[in-house]
Amino acid sequence: MKKWLDPLATAWLGISTHKLRSSLTILGIVIGIASVITLMSIGKGATAQILSNIQSMGANLITISGGASSGYGGVRSAGGSTQTLTMEDAEAIAEQVSNVSAVAPSSSSNLQLVVGSNNTNSQVTGTTPEYMSVNNLKLASGAFFSEQEYERGAKVAVLGSSVAETLFGSANPIGQQMRMGTIIVTVTGVLESKGAGFNSPDDAVYIPLTALQQTVAQPRTAQGDRIVSSITLTVSDQAQTQNVIDAITNLLRTRHRLGVGVADDFNIMSVEELVSTLSTVTGTLTLLLGAIAGISLLVGGIGVMNIMLVSVIERRREIGILKALGATERDIWGQFLIEAAFLTFSGGIIGIIVGWGVALVIDLTGLMTTVVSADIVVLAVSVSVGIGLFFGFYPAWQASRLNPIEALRSE
Amino acid sequence: MIRLQDITKIYPMGNRELTVLWGITLNIEKGESVAIMGPSGSGKTTLLNLVGCLDTPTSGSYYLENSEVSRLSSGELAKIRGQKIGFVFQTFNLLPRLSALANVELGMRYCGGGDHHQALEALASVGLSDRANHRPSELSGGEQQRVAIARALVKSPPLILADEPTGNLDSRAGEEVISILTSLRSEQGVTLVMVTHDNNVAHHCQRIIHIKDGQVVMEESV
Repeated sequence: MKKWLDPLATAWLGISTHKLRSSLTILGIVIGIASVITLMSIGKGATAQILSNIQSMGANLITISGGASSGYGGVRSAGGSTQTLTMEDAEAIAEQVSNVSAVAPSSSSNLQLVVGSNNTNSQVTGTTPEYMSVNNLKLASGAFFSEQEYERGAKVAVLGSSVAETLFGSANPIGQQMRMGTIIVTVTGVLESKGAGFNSPDDAVYIPLTALQQTVAQPRTAQGDRIVSSITLTVSDQAQTQNVIDAITNLLRTRHRLGVGVADDFNIMSVEELVSTLSTVTGTLTLLLGAIAGISLLVGGIGVMNIMLVSVIERRREIGILKALGATERDIWGQFLIEAAFLTFSGGIIGIIVGWGVALVIDLTGLMTTVVSADIVVLAVSVSVGIGLFFGFYPAWQASRLNPIEALRSE
Repeated sequence: MIRLQDITKIYPMGNRELTVLWGITLNIEKGESVAIMGPSGSGKTTLLNLVGCLDTPTSGSYYLENSEVSRLSSGELAKIRGQKIGFVFQTFNLLPRLSALANVELGMRYCGGGDHHQALEALASVGLSDRANHRPSELSGGEQQRVAIARALVKSPPLILADEPTGNLDSRAGEEVISILTSLRSEQGVTLVMVTHDNNVAHHCQRIIHIKDGQVVMEESV
């Protein structure tokens, strides 16, 4: 047998002699590591799901809304309460800011929709044809309204999937008419369901802004500009997102005649920014979950220490024999330390398998998405070995310090 | 080989002190076999522990192969035990969960290691080749003690120390063990020091040292 294997073989003997005790000790670590892996995979899965939800809106999306902005942390006056954005702003952005691929101004109104005996209240968004591509909307059937329909103010509507189902049930809504506020509109398209989520389009109804103005009067500014509630746009080069935001801010401040020191009267939010903010939040949450699971790992570690202390007392005679045979304090210390690390390491490996399995089962049930990543696994293994070394240190030290004569005399 | 000069050993007992050895001066030549006899509590095991570098004297000097070892650190003492000294105990002190062979191999671990064959040879020299894979619990007392002797001699130490090696054995097994130990001396030139109660056993050695109350009271040559 190779000499460097000797300590490992001895450690294995120490562990295999007390199989039940060692298994229970390992079980403590298994539970700790498995819960760390499972909980962190749930955290990571949730993060991934939230981010993909948001990114399905379009990762390069920028939304400008009216109203005072006071940045993070401040008290914000109700968004959109000050109507400051106009159609003319949207046109100026499209013409003057580079790296912008499409701009869609929109105004929303809560209107009653009636089809036969079914009726519902829905957020009706009047916008331009670009809105569909800007917001990454997908049609399940029919078509979004065209430039021509927009120009002539055609009374056509595209329904979110939930709205379509509420109003038309299983019938095909395409070509059907419905009453919207004071006008009658024809349904030309139904959107694909995106699932419940942030700002889900499932509950929305889209019509040409020119048509919305026929039932809801569009307010104008003192200068006669047509007010819209928000402007959405896409950035052609995502790397330029911040530059685009800066350019729009400058343009709008000039157009709105805001002097130096006056706060913006609009709010710019990019999905990219939202994603990074949410990533930070969910990252913290994942860590929190990991920390909670870490407590059970700590308890497992204390279990290892407990067993090692008992083991040192029980094996005093063996330690005495080894010392008489020439084992130095370092030899004994190393042997017990390796034993402790071996316990926690094997607990760690089994814990990873169990944790991974549980995460997989959770994922398969469809209740939650879980993601087990390599960094969690590496973390778990190193933490488990670290726990063995940390909690094995004191018992091993005690073992090494035993007086060989007294140790030999003990029963 | 072994030179003890005015060795004393005092153990603290609470707030009193217990003096076990009162100034022992002793010379043991290389290749000699010596029995240490004395009543219980006379300090003969303490003396053997000192000679075996398991303990250090309170005062006095101990020269092992002409180098002073009485002031060495515990790590240095461990090294000397590993390389120069083989122990045989009254209670055998084999590791119960290891086979006879593995127990013998353990004897080589702390002196640079050795291979399988060396351990098998050592077992053969005590007549236990066929018991190599038995655990101590499957062996008789005499066989266990022979495994312990194999463990002590496997690293070919110049010095073998035996503490009541026949104390737990019947007389026949005891005879066997003693003949193995003494033949080690005559065949391999190993220095042998043993502590014993048994006059018959002691008379297998060349010299008997009688100890009483921590002092050498008589030496006799056999």
